[in-house]
Amino acid sequence: MTISDTLQQIKDSSARAVIENVIKLAKDNADFHALLNLTEERALKRADEVDAGKITGKLAGVPFVVKDNFLAFGAPTTAASKMLENFDAPLQATAVEKLEAEGAICIGKANLDAFAHGGSTENSAFGPTKNAIDPTRVAGGSSGGSAAITALNVVPFALGSDTGGSIRQPASFNGVVGIKPTYGTISRYGVVAMASSTDVIGSFTTNVADAELVMEIMSGRDVRDMTTLPDFFKIEAQASPKQKIGLIKDFMTDAVDIDVRNRINEYADKLRADGHIVEEVNLPMAEYSLAIYYIIVPAELSSNLARYDGIRYGYRADGIKTLAELYGQTRDQGFVTENKRRIMIGSYVLSSGFFDAYYLQAQKARTLLINEFDELFKTYDVLIGPVAPTPAFKLGENTADPIKMYMCDIMTVPASLVGLPAISVPAGVSESGLPIGVQLMGPMRSDAKLLALARSMETK
Amino acid sequence: MTQITRDDVLHLAQLSSLELSEPEIDGLRTDISNILGYVEQLSKLDTNNIEPTYQVTGLSNVWRNDEVINYGVTREELLARAPESVDFQVKVPKVL
Repeated sequence: MTISDTLQQIKDSSARAVIENVIKLAKDNADFHALLNLTEERALKRADEVDAGKITGKLAGVPFVVKDNFLAFGAPTTAASKMLENFDAPLQATAVEKLEAEGAICIGKANLDAFAHGGSTENSAFGPTKNAIDPTRVAGGSSGGSAAITALNVVPFALGSDTGGSIRQPASFNGVVGIKPTYGTISRYGVVAMASSTDVIGSFTTNVADAELVMEIMSGRDVRDMTTLPDFFKIEAQASPKQKIGLIKDFMTDAVDIDVRNRINEYADKLRADGHIVEEVNLPMAEYSLAIYYIIVPAELSSNLARYDGIRYGYRADGIKTLAELYGQTRDQGFVTENKRRIMIGSYVLSSGFFDAYYLQAQKARTLLINEFDELFKTYDVLIGPVAPTPAFKLGENTADPIKMYMCDIMTVPASLVGLPAISVPAGVSESGLPIGVQLMGPMRSDAKLLALARSMETK
Repeated sequence: MTQITRDDVLHLAQLSSLELSEPEIDGLRTDISNILGYVEQLSKLDTNNIEPTYQVTGLSNVWRNDEVINYGVTREELLARAPESVDFQVKVPKVL
């Protein structure tokens, strides 16, 4: 379902009829567990206001879903955790406010790995989301619920956050378009923080044009998030011809699923057929990216999650006698194991005796990775490769071994560490019919150019 | 390779304000050892004379006008989110 289809439906019937139908569809698809809560009452009220002409805009009446780490009215903002299970947001994220200002209607809050820690949505405190194409498989993560609900054609778009691949990988696993914009493109104000130097927010859509429209609305500098870049995003009507494109060889080794490699190579051939030049390129630092990521991100999130202390909001453990017990037991009970694992790794790498060997070394290695990308972008406009080494894996397949789960992020973390825009677009399916995405990456602020290229290839 | 002991796990938990329950401790010890073992590969990289990167946009000294932003949220609404409050203050157990 696209945004323009939905606008046509609203025109032909009413916003109320469309929203009622979407809520029914969401309930019919409850078995996938893509949504944690519906915001039904508020959504219907807003639909009536659209029909009464009180709410107008480019997206008047168009339903969407937010990952449940966005502060949004109408249902609790849980971050899929016991810690925030009953937390009602006192205000809304800037991104949500901007979409509402254009008339869009949030109908529900999507499942995620608790606090966005994970790559399969299996770390949700409320149970995993199932893959939209094969319910015995994971939806990917951490924005698994947003990806699945878009792929199930319940809503034309959903919001997600991406710290190391959390939009791109579930987009690939469910066969939808997922964009992680340039770091700083969209305000993160009102989104539960994970790793501040790589967190970005973006969207899931069923086509590229919708991704561009949603991004145009959400992007821009926000004084409430001082890391936002001055406005730069402007949709480009046509893709530039004869682009020079690098296919990252390090992501196409024998360890990568053969169907994945085949689909990527076919996409490269289509780019060539369209007049672009595609050459294989090397990114030797790619093999270190995951190690860099799993030092920097735990370090940052251990700081960001220090705020969940049971004092001012959220969960507080019962039967507590001292303040130390209150902190310790609240956090033990409010976080899932993966949260604790990452917080403790963060505490370790930031400890005085280990800081230089781990955290500082990772930040220097990050510079080396950035240098390699800078060098490649002197010659190439765009880099392509797979999004993940495999299509969606089975539920439970990787839960016993955290490193095996982390390996699924190996192709998405480089763009996150460097801050680059990266998109996952459908590139076909595996032999068994599972979706496979191709990843397009460009230099900082090249989002519009990248999206125009992806759009030009959509029907080819 | 880094070996993490049970005492290390308990120390890290204390640094992180986590009172771990007994069944989780052994699993975390194994996982943390393995993860640290994996990330140690960075020690192979020569990073002499390389500056660390802490942020990627290059923005610095970002200013805004010194004006009050109305967040539309009252003190009552925020206090209502605290597990316990009394007389417009958040209530916590005794510290001493």
